Amino acid sequence: MTTFLQNCFAGLSLGSTYALVALGFVVIYKSTGVINFAQGGLLALGAYLGYTFSNNLAVAFAVAVLLCCLSAALVGATFERIVLRRMVGQPPFAVIMITIGLLFVLEPLITAVWGFEHKQVDNPWNIRTVEAFGLVFGVRDLWTIGLTAAVVLAFFLFFRFTSLGLAMRVTAFDPEAALAQGISARKVYATSWAIAAALAALAGILMAAGPGGLTPSIGFIALAAFPAMILGGMDSPAGAVLGGLIIGLAEAITRGYQDRLFSWAGDNVSVIVPYLLMIVILLIRPYGLLGTKEVRRI
Amino acid sequence: MAGPHRNLVRGYADELRLFGTPLSRAGLVALVAVFLLLPTVLHDDFWLSVLIYVGITAIGAIGLNLLTGYCGQISLGHAFFIGAGAYVAARVGGDTGLPLPLWLLAAALIGAVLGGLIGPFALRLRGHYLAIVTLGLIFIGEHLWRNLTPVTGGNSGTSVRAEPAIGPLDFGDLTLFGESYSRNQGWFWLVWGLVALVALLAKNLVRTRPGRALQAVRDRDQAAEVIGVRAGRYKIGAFMLSSAIASAAGALFGSYQQFVSPDEWNLLLSIQYIAIVIVGGLGTVFGSVLGAIFVGALPAIIDRYSEVIPGVRTSVGGEGFISVFALNQALFGVLIVLFLVLEPRGLAGIWLRTKAYFKAWPFSY
Repeated sequence: MTTFLQNCFAGLSLGSTYALVALGFVVIYKSTGVINFAQGGLLALGAYLGYTFSNNLAVAFAVAVLLCCLSAALVGATFERIVLRRMVGQPPFAVIMITIGLLFVLEPLITAVWGFEHKQVDNPWNIRTVEAFGLVFGVRDLWTIGLTAAVVLAFFLFFRFTSLGLAMRVTAFDPEAALAQGISARKVYATSWAIAAALAALAGILMAAGPGGLTPSIGFIALAAFPAMILGGMDSPAGAVLGGLIIGLAEAITRGYQDRLFSWAGDNVSVIVPYLLMIVILLIRPYGLLGTKEVRRI
Repeated sequence: MAGPHRNLVRGYADELRLFGTPLSRAGLVALVAVFLLLPTVLHDDFWLSVLIYVGITAIGAIGLNLLTGYCGQISLGHAFFIGAGAYVAARVGGDTGLPLPLWLLAAALIGAVLGGLIGPFALRLRGHYLAIVTLGLIFIGEHLWRNLTPVTGGNSGTSVRAEPAIGPLDFGDLTLFGESYSRNQGWFWLVWGLVALVALLAKNLVRTRPGRALQAVRDRDQAAEVIGVRAGRYKIGAFMLSSAIASAAGALFGSYQQFVSPDEWNLLLSIQYIAIVIVGGLGTVFGSVLGAIFVGALPAIIDRYSEVIPGVRTSVGGEGFISVFALNQALFGVLIVLFLVLEPRGLAGIWLRTKAYFKAWPFSY
């Protein structure tokens, strides 16, 4: 039982990271109809910027997190402004490919600047743990879960109670009607990219502070967040959070019982669990747990 | 009495001819001459092997273009099928010693079956789903290749002993009319002959009924369904055909390289194929070949001349800020973005514009 709860805790922490990234996917998808494959690149960029702020410029960790989120948001908004604005009205295929192109440009740039070496971000948590109820909690994991909960709450409050959030919801619902009401589509699109990039950067720096440290392959975690988005429903922010947590739990539990239950399926089965889960979901509920069922009209 | 002008199109059959004008027939003759003579003139093994890899890539790219360019479905899983083909070549061609046509067909068949198994999952919903599901396919595939040790040799890879031979005709060790040719020369003829064959097949497909159905599905799948095209069936059909061609290309790749390991079938390979299709021109068969020449040869050339390109690091910990591998990856990304934003019709579009300019010459405005 202890092992199971311990695995669940690890899953919640991992799932929080997925939830942050998936939330970013949903924000961009809802407001602009684009699936952003470059999220992984933005995540890695955010994590490395956080490393620079925290280690090289020696600012306090909290400030470093804030700075890296802001600079990633700037990069995201700039990319939307320079490249994606030209792609309005193009087929979805072309727009997806543009974001994949960006991912493949960002990755080598990051390795060119920061190198391939394994890096450790200076952070106040390190490997400290607290014990309660006979379980061992990593301080970083607790912070990850707590920060994610806070950010998700702020996210929903922002969309519910601010005028910009309302503008974004309206644009997602009907872009032309929103435009007719004087809502600036530019501002909305740029803001959604900025929010998504900041969420990715936060996920990145939280990951980098963990035991895995910081390597160029950190961006791959964002690809595993796609199943989270599909699971929750592509256009549902709440679904993204739920999907992220489920995927994280499934992955962590598989990893925990790898030796006992899954050794027949080869090493590291947990890595492909998100994708297998996604295929099952597509069979049973193709529009996800909380997504809107697609209506096709002729 | 003079006949009609040579360029006059007098009916649908004329319109559909592949080589309708004397100029294009002359071009065909020139291409065949280049195909036959190039390996005898060009003896350099480096360039021959680059051209062979480019040819194999062109075959795979034609397959992807049928799916992406003609049917409008985006797949990131092309590398998975290429890998599957290479392993079929290793097990069917290598272990049993079957002749070339048989292991090539076996690879295509297994590719089609795998595509047929996966297609229905991905095509249940429209739009972006195929991209994400096939992305998962890459990772699930990598796991399979690493763990199905009897088939794939596991992490350490497997050698592929499939011989490129049909009876006495062995392209790996070719002897014609008393003249013997090197392995690379034989492979050049084999691969580019197959490129021509696959291109003809694709061209014939797209100018007949199923091809028009595919394009209707691409342009507006609901409208296509309304006029009686079974969109779902054609999508899965296109996916199977594209997988079959990819697997055949993979079998050739494995057999030429003689050794394959699971690391090769990654996302970067899929992206390379997508870059080829975009750079070459979506929905054009000859664009895929152009794209393969342009994008496929790039890594090899960069690798060869990495010493003289400034800022490129040739060894681990050496001078320069970017490794050869990273430079390739960045170039694929930049090419995709630039072509989609500035020249969405790709190299084929540039070629058609140039042709149109000279057709209308000296008229211009």
